[in-house]
Amino acid sequence: MPHLKAAASRTLQLALVLWAVVTILFLMFRLMPGNPMAAYIDPTFTAEQQQALMAQFGLDKPLWEQYFIYLGNLLQGELGQSFRYREPVAERIFTLLPNTLILTFSSLIVAYAFGILAGAYLAWRRGSAVEKAAIPLVLTTRAMPEFWLGMVLLAIFSFWLGWFPAGGTRPAGASYGSLWALYTSREFLSYLALPALTLAIYSQGLPLLLMRSNMLDVMKEDFVTMARIKGLSNWTVVVRHAARNALLPVMTSFAIAVGYQLQGNVVVETVFSWPGLGRELVRAVSASDYPLAQGAFLMIAVVVILMNLIADLLYAFLDPRVSHA
Amino acid sequence: MPDVALSRPGLPARMFRSLHLPLNDRFALFGLAVYAVFVLTAIFADQIAPYDPTEILYTPEYDLAADLRPGEDGFILGTTSLGRDIFSQIVHGTRSALLIGITAAFMVALIGSIVGLVSGYFGGWIDAILMRLADIAFGIPFLPFVVVLAAFLEPSIWNVVIAMALVLWRDTARVIRSQVLTLRARSYVDAARVSGSSDLKIIMRHIAPNILPLSFLYGSIAIGWAILTEASISFLGFGDPQSISWGYMLQDAFASQALAKQAYYWFVPPGICIILVVSAGFFITRGYENLLFPKLGR
Repeated sequence: MPHLKAAASRTLQLALVLWAVVTILFLMFRLMPGNPMAAYIDPTFTAEQQQALMAQFGLDKPLWEQYFIYLGNLLQGELGQSFRYREPVAERIFTLLPNTLILTFSSLIVAYAFGILAGAYLAWRRGSAVEKAAIPLVLTTRAMPEFWLGMVLLAIFSFWLGWFPAGGTRPAGASYGSLWALYTSREFLSYLALPALTLAIYSQGLPLLLMRSNMLDVMKEDFVTMARIKGLSNWTVVVRHAARNALLPVMTSFAIAVGYQLQGNVVVETVFSWPGLGRELVRAVSASDYPLAQGAFLMIAVVVILMNLIADLLYAFLDPRVSHA
Repeated sequence: MPDVALSRPGLPARMFRSLHLPLNDRFALFGLAVYAVFVLTAIFADQIAPYDPTEILYTPEYDLAADLRPGEDGFILGTTSLGRDIFSQIVHGTRSALLIGITAAFMVALIGSIVGLVSGYFGGWIDAILMRLADIAFGIPFLPFVVVLAAFLEPSIWNVVIAMALVLWRDTARVIRSQVLTLRARSYVDAARVSGSSDLKIIMRHIAPNILPLSFLYGSIAIGWAILTEASISFLGFGDPQSISWGYMLQDAFASQALAKQAYYWFVPPGICIILVVSAGFFITRGYENLLFPKLGR
């Protein structure tokens, strides 16, 4: 079972990467200039709270001992107390994570649907005027700062035309029975539209260019020539034969794109005041809320590494020709 | 190339030629032209900009020249809410953009090339360690990492360069490594080894010159990344408050309600400049790829 063995070794490899990232994070926050306890203790905490945190994270012990306590706490999902919110960091992060994931996935689904169709079309119309104009245009969207695109869309569609709200996820004072009720409400969609569109415009370039170049590769293969010789219509050849085969690598790139998108979220969430992980990371760093900053960074890193793993595994399982060397 | 045999050009000319600039690709030429314009603007910024970019300006009636529209009182692109000249800020922004872009690209290309060379040439445990380090660098989300770094370091544009040097060498290193692997197996390298050349000499004489165009390629991608990252970091408020950059201008505009005021003249130009410089890098890169890897050309 070469597949299973390769998958296991790749998983182990990425587990080591995760451990390394966790260690780097520990060293960064412990070795920073100033009070070594600042990573977990805010001077405004009460004496009892400070004592409790000292004990919980072993802040009076030597560094190597603190490191093992830190690892143990992490495994139990214990990330400390947020300075600003006065609540456990883990709790805060898990309330924000759904917002970030919804924004990420909705924008990526739009981006991939568009990118795949447009990429296939451009491959089909290769050498045409449309293609010659489209490729530099797509490259230009990749050169845009995402937050700037967000600002322009916000200025036009929100402040000028008034079609969409300017930021947040819900009208002021509105409350919903459950998260599900919020996410399925019409207002939520109007809040989601602009940030998701911003991220989608930026992200469509990757699937589009990938789909196009895969299509061009596939169209050179024998089975496509065969289909042409059989006298099948151009449409049948392109859609039924070429596109289906070109689609595979594009789909596996989706997982990688989720990882990239989480980085873009940091700025786009800030522009649209979207209460997600990225914006919280920025605010935590600005306010020196170190436990929350560590937690938010770690959560983003975990998702990125997990997505890299999923992409690797998907790629190997879907295309057996990929070697595991 | 018969001219090579006829006349032996001087060292600068040979170095220039070894960069293989893609001069017959229209988009790449456009990119090079954009670069040229921006470099000249950065050099002569003091002569081009009518005002100091941080100076607070007044109208002839001695009112604060705040929120003026383009053309009013002779301000080409208008003024900011604090009464600063937007056009002068744009002109001076080229300096920090190019400074960041070029230093970061240099660091990324240098570190990536050295790691790739050493890893690919020596192989074995050195290769294993360096490639595991690259794996770790791939596991670090880049922009969040720069943000966290800003928590410890003084706000400065150099944070972006440091972060890029620490994280983004990974892509360059992997590509160069695989290129070195194929070069190492060539017979002229064997010949050099058999005739007693040292490892250092083989690397410097026979392998490094062949990967130079690749380093340059990845360097020019990194210029764009650096400028985009600097803009994001300044926009988030972790940039250097002393230096005027396009990202700082966008942050200033965003925080001063330029969106609600519909002050497009304020926040559109810096974005256009960023797009121009970054896409110029992309176009040059593409021209390069077609030149270096003609099989990929489509």
